[in-house]
Amino acid sequence: MSETTLNDDQDLSGLPLVDNPVMPYLRQERIPHIWCPGCGIGTTVNCFTRALEEAALDLDKVAIVSGIGCTGRVAGYLNLDSFHTTHGRAIPFATGLKLANPDLNVVVYSGDGDLFAIGGNHFMHAARRNMDLLVVCVNNFTYGMTGGQVAPTTPIGATQTTMPFGNFENPASLPFLADAAGATFVARWTVFHVRQLTRCFKEALGKKGFRFIEIMAPCPTLFLRRNRLGDGVDMVRQYKERSVLRNGADTKEVAVGMEGDIVVGTFVDRERPTWLDAMNSHFSSVLGDRYRTYGG
Amino acid sequence: MSDAAPVRKAKGTVFVQPEVCKGCSYCIEFCPTDCLEFSREFNAKGYHYPVLGRPEDCTGCGLCGLYCPDFAIFGMRFKDIEAAKAASLASHPTR
Amino acid sequence: MTADPKGVLTGVHFLDGDHAACEGALAAGCRFVSGYPITPSTEVVERFAQRIPMVGGVFIQMEDELAASITMLGAVWGGKKVMTVTSGPGLSLMMEHLGLAYITEAPCVFIDVQRGGPSTGLPTLPAQADMMQVKWGSHGDYEIIALVPDSPQECFDLTIKAFNLAEQWRVPVFLMMDEVVGHMTERVVIPEASAIEITERRWTKKAPGEYRPFDACADGVPAMAKAGDGHRIHVTGLTHDERGWPALTPKSQDKLIRRLTNKIRDNADALADIREDQCEGADVIVVSYGITSRVASSAVLQARAQGLKVGHARLVVAWPFPTTRIAYLATQCKAMVVPELNLGQMVHEVSRAVAGKVPVLLVDHAGGTVHEPQVILDRILEAAR
Repeated sequence: MSETTLNDDQDLSGLPLVDNPVMPYLRQERIPHIWCPGCGIGTTVNCFTRALEEAALDLDKVAIVSGIGCTGRVAGYLNLDSFHTTHGRAIPFATGLKLANPDLNVVVYSGDGDLFAIGGNHFMHAARRNMDLLVVCVNNFTYGMTGGQVAPTTPIGATQTTMPFGNFENPASLPFLADAAGATFVARWTVFHVRQLTRCFKEALGKKGFRFIEIMAPCPTLFLRRNRLGDGVDMVRQYKERSVLRNGADTKEVAVGMEGDIVVGTFVDRERPTWLDAMNSHFSSVLGDRYRTYGG
Repeated sequence: MSDAAPVRKAKGTVFVQPEVCKGCSYCIEFCPTDCLEFSREFNAKGYHYPVLGRPEDCTGCGLCGLYCPDFAIFGMRFKDIEAAKAASLASHPTR
Repeated sequence: MTADPKGVLTGVHFLDGDHAACEGALAAGCRFVSGYPITPSTEVVERFAQRIPMVGGVFIQMEDELAASITMLGAVWGGKKVMTVTSGPGLSLMMEHLGLAYITEAPCVFIDVQRGGPSTGLPTLPAQADMMQVKWGSHGDYEIIALVPDSPQECFDLTIKAFNLAEQWRVPVFLMMDEVVGHMTERVVIPEASAIEITERRWTKKAPGEYRPFDACADGVPAMAKAGDGHRIHVTGLTHDERGWPALTPKSQDKLIRRLTNKIRDNADALADIREDQCEGADVIVVSYGITSRVASSAVLQARAQGLKVGHARLVVAWPFPTTRIAYLATQCKAMVVPELNLGQMVHEVSRAVAGKVPVLLVDHAGGTVHEPQVILDRILEAAR
C-alpha cells in the first residue's frame, strides 16, 4: 500500500476516517456499479449527487425515473425513490408520478437512444406541455447496453454494429429538438465540465417546467473502441479542446459531429406555466367555485 | 539540499478506495496541480489506482472526486476533514 | 371502507356502458386516468375528463397508448387509484406495460371495449376477440384478472369490483367490455356512497428502512407504499428481490414469477364468479359471457319452451378461468354450448376444463354484430341430440 495515499480503511495518526460525501446519496450495497472503465455516466452521477447536496432538497421528495440502457441503470444506484421503467417510456411514467403527487421533484435520467429514438414522441409532448420535469440525457452517441448500435445522435461516418460501413444517417441535435418542442430550460455540458454541470444541475433542480440537460459522455467500450477514438480520457480531452462556451446560443447552431466545435452552455431559459399550473388556472377561470385547485 | 525548491505545504489530501478503481485516469488527467499518478501496485481487478505522487501539491480541491465515475477517490481540504471526521464518527459509532 | 361521496353520482340514470364504467371508476376512488381516444371506448375518458375537475383528480390525454398505459403506472406510485381505457389496437400497444404493471405489482385497471379485429378491423362494431390476448398477449408468464359485464349496470358494478380486486391482489385487472355493452343505454342505479364497498390500498405500516416493496405478506401480496414517504423504494421491470433490486438469476426468477402467478392461480376458485341458472341436471349447459349472454338467454328460453333442460352459466370473471366449476358443471350435463363473438377463444378454456367428459360445441362469429338467437338455439338443439 502506497504511503502517499490515505485509504478509507486506514487513517492518519489514529484519527477516524471520512466518508466520500457522495455515499449517502447512493445505494452503497449496490456499488461497484456495472459501468465500464472510463464510462462517463458515473461522472454525471457524481455531479448530480453533489448538486443534490448543494441544493439542500428534501431527498424524500426527489424521485428519479429512468428508462432502459446503461444510463437507465442510474435509477438503481441512487438512494432516492427510483423507478426503472420500460425503454423510451420514462417520461410518461414520470408525468404520471408528478401529476399524482405534485409535491415530488421528479427527475428523468436516461440515455440518448432511450429518450430520443423510442422515447422521442414522449419527449416532444412532455416538452410541448411544459410538464414540470427535469430530463437529464447522457449522450454517448450509441446504444451501449445492447452492444453499440447506431443511435439518433450518432454522427455521420461513425461505425456502429448496425451501421457497419459507417453511419450515413443524419443525427438529431438534441438541444434544437428540445427548444423546438417547447422546453423552458435547455443546456448542454460534457463530462469534462464537472463544475459547470454540477452548477447546472443545481440550478435546474430549483426551477420549474420542462428542463433538459444534455451531457456528452464517452462510451469507451463501444463507441470509442469501434471508432478507434482511444480511451474515455482521450474523449474527455477532446471535449476539453473542442468545447466552446456560448450561453444563449441559437439551438439551430449547436449540432455536434465527429469533429468541430462542441457548443456548451445554457441555451434556453424561459418561463411558461407548467401543465399543472395551466390546468389549475384554466379550470378555475372556466369553472369558478365548482373547481378546487389540484395539488395545492 | 540548500538549492532545493521552497517546501510546499499541502492544503488537502485524497482518499482512495483502490479496489473500486477501474484505472480510467480521469482524476490523474484533470488534477489542476498534477499531483496524482498511477500506483505501481494493481488492485484485485488488475487496475492501477491513483496515488499522491506529490502530496505537497494537493490543494484538496476535490476535482478528482467530481470526475471519478466509480466513486473511488475524493479530495478534501485539511480544514474540512476535521468536521467531516466528526460527522463520520457520528454516523459510524463503531469505527 | 365505503366510497368517497365526491365521486358517487347517486341516483337512477339512463346511461350507456361507457359512461357507466366511468361512473364506476369514480365511485371506486379512481382519481387519475391517462387515456387515448379509440372507438368505441372514447366516451369513458370523455366523461372522466368532464367529471374529474369537480371530483378532484387528473385526466390527461397522452400522445399514444404506450404512454397512456405507463403514465397511469407512474400515478400508482404517486399514490393514486388509476385506470386506462382502450380497444383492440390500443390494447396491442399496451401489452408491454401490462407486463410492467404485473411484475411491479401495480394495482391498476385496464378497460378494453372490444371491437372487430384484427388490426383496424371494425372500429364501431362489437367482438369478443381480445379475451385470449389479455391472458397471453404480453411476453412471459403472467396471470391477470378479467371481468366481463353484460349491461351498463354491470359496467358500473364490475368496474368497482375491478378496482377492488386490483388493490386486493396488487395486480392489473381488466374490464372486458364490447362495443354493444359500451354503447347500449340502459337503466343504471348508482347507490349511496355508504352502500358501496371499496378496498383501500394496503399501505405499509413499516418505517423507512424496514419496508420492502416486494416482500409478500401471508397471502402472497406485498404492502404498498408511494414515492415521497421516505422509503426510497426502487421499482424495476427487471426480475427483482424483495427490496425491488434487480436480481438476475434463475433462482430469483423462479421465486418471483411463481409468487406472482400463484397470487392468482391459488385463488382462482375464490375469485370465480359464474351466474348459473338451472345448470344442475341439465341436458345442455350454455357457457357464455358479456353481451353474448343476453342473446344466449333468449335462445335458452326458447329451448326450454321446447321441453329441453337447458342451463345457462354466465362467466363474470373470465380470468382466472373457473376451471374447477366448469369441470363440475360438465358432470351435470350431456353437452356444453359456447357462443362467443370470435372464432373460438374461451371455448378452448371450457374444453380444457371439461377434459373430454362431454362434447363442447362452439357457436362462433367473426364479429360485427351480436349472434342471432336462432343460431345459438340451433346449436343447443344439436347438442341435445
